[in-house]
Amino acid sequence: MTVKLYIDSIHDALQEEMRRDQGVFVVGEDVGVRGGVFRVTQGLIEEFGEMRVIDAPLAESAIVGVAIGAAAYGLKPVAEIQFADFILPAVNQIISEAAKMRYRSNNDWSCPLVVRAPYGGGVHGALYHSQSVEALFHHVPGLKVVMPATAADAKGLLLSAIRDPDPVLFFEHKALYRWVKDDVPDGDYTVPIGKARLVREGEDLTVITYGLMVHYAEEAARELEKEGVSIELLDLRTVSPLDREAILAAAKKTGKVLIVHEDNKTGGVGAEVSAIIAEEALFDLDAPIARLCGPDIPAMPFNPPQERFYMVNSEKIAQAMRKLAAF
Amino acid sequence: MAEVKMPKLGESVTEGTLGKWLKQVGEQVYKYEPLVEVVTDKVSAEIPSDFEGVLTAILVQENETVKVGVPIAVIEEAGSGSAQASSASPESIKSSTQIVSNGIASAPQESAMKAETGAEAVAFSQSAAPTQVRYSPAVLKLAQERGIDLSKVKGTGIAGRVTRKDVLGYTQSASMHANPSSSMQTAPTVASTMATQNTPESATVSASATQNTETTSTSIQAPDNEEWIPVSAVRKTIASRMVQSKHQAPHAWMMVEVDVTPLVRLRERHKAEFKQREGIDLTYLPFFIRSTVEALKEFPIMNSTWADDKIILKKDIHISIAVATDNALVVPVIRHADRLSILGIAGAVADLARRARSGKLTIQDVQDGTFTVNNTGAFGSILSQPIINAPQAAILSVESIVRRPIVRDDDSIAIRSMVNLCLSLDHRILDGWVAGQFLRSIKQRLEGLNESTSLY
Repeated sequence: MTVKLYIDSIHDALQEEMRRDQGVFVVGEDVGVRGGVFRVTQGLIEEFGEMRVIDAPLAESAIVGVAIGAAAYGLKPVAEIQFADFILPAVNQIISEAAKMRYRSNNDWSCPLVVRAPYGGGVHGALYHSQSVEALFHHVPGLKVVMPATAADAKGLLLSAIRDPDPVLFFEHKALYRWVKDDVPDGDYTVPIGKARLVREGEDLTVITYGLMVHYAEEAARELEKEGVSIELLDLRTVSPLDREAILAAAKKTGKVLIVHEDNKTGGVGAEVSAIIAEEALFDLDAPIARLCGPDIPAMPFNPPQERFYMVNSEKIAQAMRKLAAF
Repeated sequence: MAEVKMPKLGESVTEGTLGKWLKQVGEQVYKYEPLVEVVTDKVSAEIPSDFEGVLTAILVQENETVKVGVPIAVIEEAGSGSAQASSASPESIKSSTQIVSNGIASAPQESAMKAETGAEAVAFSQSAAPTQVRYSPAVLKLAQERGIDLSKVKGTGIAGRVTRKDVLGYTQSASMHANPSSSMQTAPTVASTMATQNTPESATVSASATQNTETTSTSIQAPDNEEWIPVSAVRKTIASRMVQSKHQAPHAWMMVEVDVTPLVRLRERHKAEFKQREGIDLTYLPFFIRSTVEALKEFPIMNSTWADDKIILKKDIHISIAVATDNALVVPVIRHADRLSILGIAGAVADLARRARSGKLTIQDVQDGTFTVNNTGAFGSILSQPIINAPQAAILSVESIVRRPIVRDDDSIAIRSMVNLCLSLDHRILDGWVAGQFLRSIKQRLEGLNESTSLY
């Protein structure tokens, strides 16, 4: 075990896997000489050369398109979209090609592709550097969407993603890069895709969340513990496919569920989690399922007061927890 | 935006149950136009709008019970543009925001406010009336599995809601002090519930609470060979009050038959002239009420109420008369019936019956009754066992007048007009002896009428 930053564990996962598997390569804007705008791929071009660490033009459709071709050919591309906000030009490639390749070729072809992208707000990134885009892909069958909250999960899930035979979107919260550090197992290890993580056990209410919000919810849970309310906290880790078993077990345990995400509320991942609980666990519910999410406004505002207003934080989560606990 | 609040419909009325909404969201509403029906345990009435404008939100649904003063609807006042809205006092803005965050506002308003309230997304109603008992699926399931009577579980949630943890905790504490003590525990609870039920309000509330528990545990959909009729607020009130009376007051029953041949002649003689002079039909009921009132004067204990540690004798004689309408039963009151002539009583009966059937009774019209006269003869009945109109001590039903052969004192047989008077009495207060004398007094008074009896 080594305590590592979230960003370093992603770097290490890439480096170790590129050493282990000659088929793995990185492609994206500024991933080579610059080492990535967040420095995730720092030092990789020096070690693996420009044939495996490819600086791409500013054309996301091309980055993903090239990666899909390489994946179909048998390589293991890890495409980086500089900010998740910029993934939209590549949506046609991802949804129409990558997600459907195995299905439409009747299993003859597959697409072992990883698309990495930093997402999320709270870092003064404003409109085009703060979006959460997971809900767009969550809806699409054929895609896996992974959103780790800890350094250990980031490494273990990235290795699983690269080794997965089908396309995986790997969303990294940019606020976590240099804020979160935790024990990361040394060497080669994986965290299974599609398995949630029980962060803490509690009796009074269940909070289900993922990504940055796991940490805010943990802070809020510690706060509520002082007030005598114990929180069951579930980190989804993977939003597609959802870990239905873990969701239902956590919901049934307390009968009160608060779903939290930074992404806006309507049609978000929380809606699906809520529907699963409503469909499968009605008779274990003790309160209406509650959701605390970003507001349904078009984008993250630039000025700090409005950005704070937009972002879900630990105080807002604590408030929502108190309300639900009192119900 | 203006809020319409639950009005105070009478003294001692603290809450009301909404009946049918007469206006829907989006409809134009004029000032004083009826908005919604409301039912208290005493009367049903219509709430008029205090404002002119468009109904933008219904905050309380049909059959929900709310306290006096709770907002029930929002009206966008006519001619109030954004200018007027922005000049509204800070307090009114604050209160309307509160409604939204409480989650009871209607959809359009909520979405309009959503951008402002932002992450304030956890929404459920906090203002649920405490009297309305609702259980979550988890609570019902646990209670069924463990055979727990939920009415005995103390709720710690919002507005006293019984939470899942309350049920789990109840099981634990119940199993901790096992058998003998647990039965001892419940006994005082029952006694104290009974004690509080002396006031009609609290009695209604608790009776309807237990009723809810029973009905909610049934399944959700009617099978094909049944039709399920939703229970209206009025019907619920009637049901709970009947159950309450029958459970609390041990009913005893007596009947006498009365020869009203002279009364029939008296009425026949004055009927046409009376109608012409007074504009009211001269029925038999005022005569029965008059005789009953006189007998009540003679036996004041009949005009009383049981209060556990005492019996309250009522000095005022207010006669409740049962009036059936298409879908309900109301019991308006003839106040100070002892001060009225036959004409006065006839006028009061006609007025109350007319207003009861058109739903125009006020709260004063239905409260404070001390004894009930029930005119079951109107349906052709010759025998009935009425349920006492709690908290009164007795109820008299007057059956149909029928012509029958009667053996008279001199052994002759004659055709006479006979009527049965049936009395249900609260045996806690009254015994057969006094009730019998009371009935005999009414009988003698009725049989003593003759064609020269004055109607004025």
